[in-house]
Amino acid sequence: MTRILEAIGRVVLRVFEEIGNFFSMLGRVAVWAVRPPYDLAELMRQMVRVGYDSIPVVFVTTLFTGMVLALQTFNGFARFHAQNLVGSVVALSLTRELSPVLTALMVTGRVGSAMAAELGTMRVTEQIDALTALATEPVQYLMVPRVSASILMLPLLVIMGDVVGMYGGYLVAVQLLGANPVAYIDNSFQYLHVKDDVVSGIIKAAVFGLVFSLIACVRGYYTTGGAEGVGRSTTRAVVSGSLSVLVVDFFLTKLLY
Amino acid sequence: MEGKGSPAAPGKTAPKLQAEDLHKSFGDKVVLDGISFSVASGESLVIVGPSGTGKSVLLKHLIGLIRPDSGRVFVAGEDLWALSHIERNRARKKFGMSFQEGALFDSMSVFDNIAFPLRRSGHPPRQVRERVRECLEIVHLPNVEEKRTSELSGGMRRRVGFARAIAHEPEILLFDEPNTGLDPIMTEIIDEVILEMREKMKPTIVTITHHVESARKIGDRVALLFGGKLLYDATPGEFLKAQDPAVRQFVEGNAQGPLTRDFEMSAR
Repeated sequence: MTRILEAIGRVVLRVFEEIGNFFSMLGRVAVWAVRPPYDLAELMRQMVRVGYDSIPVVFVTTLFTGMVLALQTFNGFARFHAQNLVGSVVALSLTRELSPVLTALMVTGRVGSAMAAELGTMRVTEQIDALTALATEPVQYLMVPRVSASILMLPLLVIMGDVVGMYGGYLVAVQLLGANPVAYIDNSFQYLHVKDDVVSGIIKAAVFGLVFSLIACVRGYYTTGGAEGVGRSTTRAVVSGSLSVLVVDFFLTKLLY
Repeated sequence: MEGKGSPAAPGKTAPKLQAEDLHKSFGDKVVLDGISFSVASGESLVIVGPSGTGKSVLLKHLIGLIRPDSGRVFVAGEDLWALSHIERNRARKKFGMSFQEGALFDSMSVFDNIAFPLRRSGHPPRQVRERVRECLEIVHLPNVEEKRTSELSGGMRRRVGFARAIAHEPEILLFDEPNTGLDPIMTEIIDEVILEMREKMKPTIVTITHHVESARKIGDRVALLFGGKLLYDATPGEFLKAQDPAVRQFVEGNAQGPLTRDFEMSAR
């Protein structure tokens, strides 16, 4: 019995430790982000890695999500003769929920893992110590550009995802299921409020960008134990990053709507 | 301000680098157990000791990469941990540190590695180019600027690491195991390079190594670190002839002796 309680206690302690690490690093990143020097070249490089390089993954993810969404709702809604509402359902689900969350999850897997592995390798090969020894603050040099790039690029990816997903829904509804194209598009935008739906999806995306990139950077930064440790950090960056995105999503939704 | 001044007399007599009663533990493992020493300007101190005795940990304390549990480090009279974060970074510019495996930034070319500290302190590109070439000449590695760090051999990586460490003309050089894992010829070359740098730049040097022969060549003083304490601190000549049993065991490389007896006991 005590052993079970001990195990539970350990897990709880670790969760709180992680949350503490996250917020203390958040403070450090915020402080170092406003201090000069500003490394715009590095920021651009990270924006390309987080944003531009993720376009294909996000494109395929949201396209098929929009397509399957149209397919499923069409089948369901046909049972009570509400097929004309498919466009609205696709548009609202995508902009408010699916496009931000799925984009964040895909980017966590693609970019978060790479960030954790890169910083982890730099830690175990003493490159982070070398940065400090060369009077360069590692939080500023390594984390600020990565986190800023993620906060900036995820909203852009989500805007693209919104458009691509809605186009996927249109394709299925009109080409496959024979909906009237004009009525479908009309219905898509009929109930869509830019401020409530699209903008809050974009705000979500920015927060997800902060959450996944900071978790990945913290994981990498505190790596110990050689190559095995780097592997462990990478896995944990993706797992805690993805879970955090989902948990934060719930509370943000509660807050924003 | 309290704690900022050096306990030693100010002015010329103040040591360049001073450690005062350093203590450090990781978990319940005591690594440094009251270490004090000082290094005068232009002096070269070599700290030797068996592997795993915390030599690297001690070296990292000197440049503020690790914060001691208690005790103080003075750099040119300034208490490193009484300074603000920004001031500590400024104090670190007095240092050039060479890491065990080089710790080169593997996302950059050799040139960008050596140029890194120069660019960070805002040198114009032409000056950067010239200084990088100069530094590579000092370590006898001309024409490798465009190579990736992954293309370099172990000895070359160390020397690029040296070049990066000296690029901003630091007053204090720290060498972490400069010739561990290298063949005997490269070990010799590395020692020569260190001696040449000494000749040219007159820096204060702290080296940690387990090569007795290197210690004899590059040190004005040699000290033995064991069990979290500096057991012996003397000129290379005295060190090699010392009757202290721990020093004798280390110098002669015996498997039996006080150094290994302690180790066996703690391993049990």
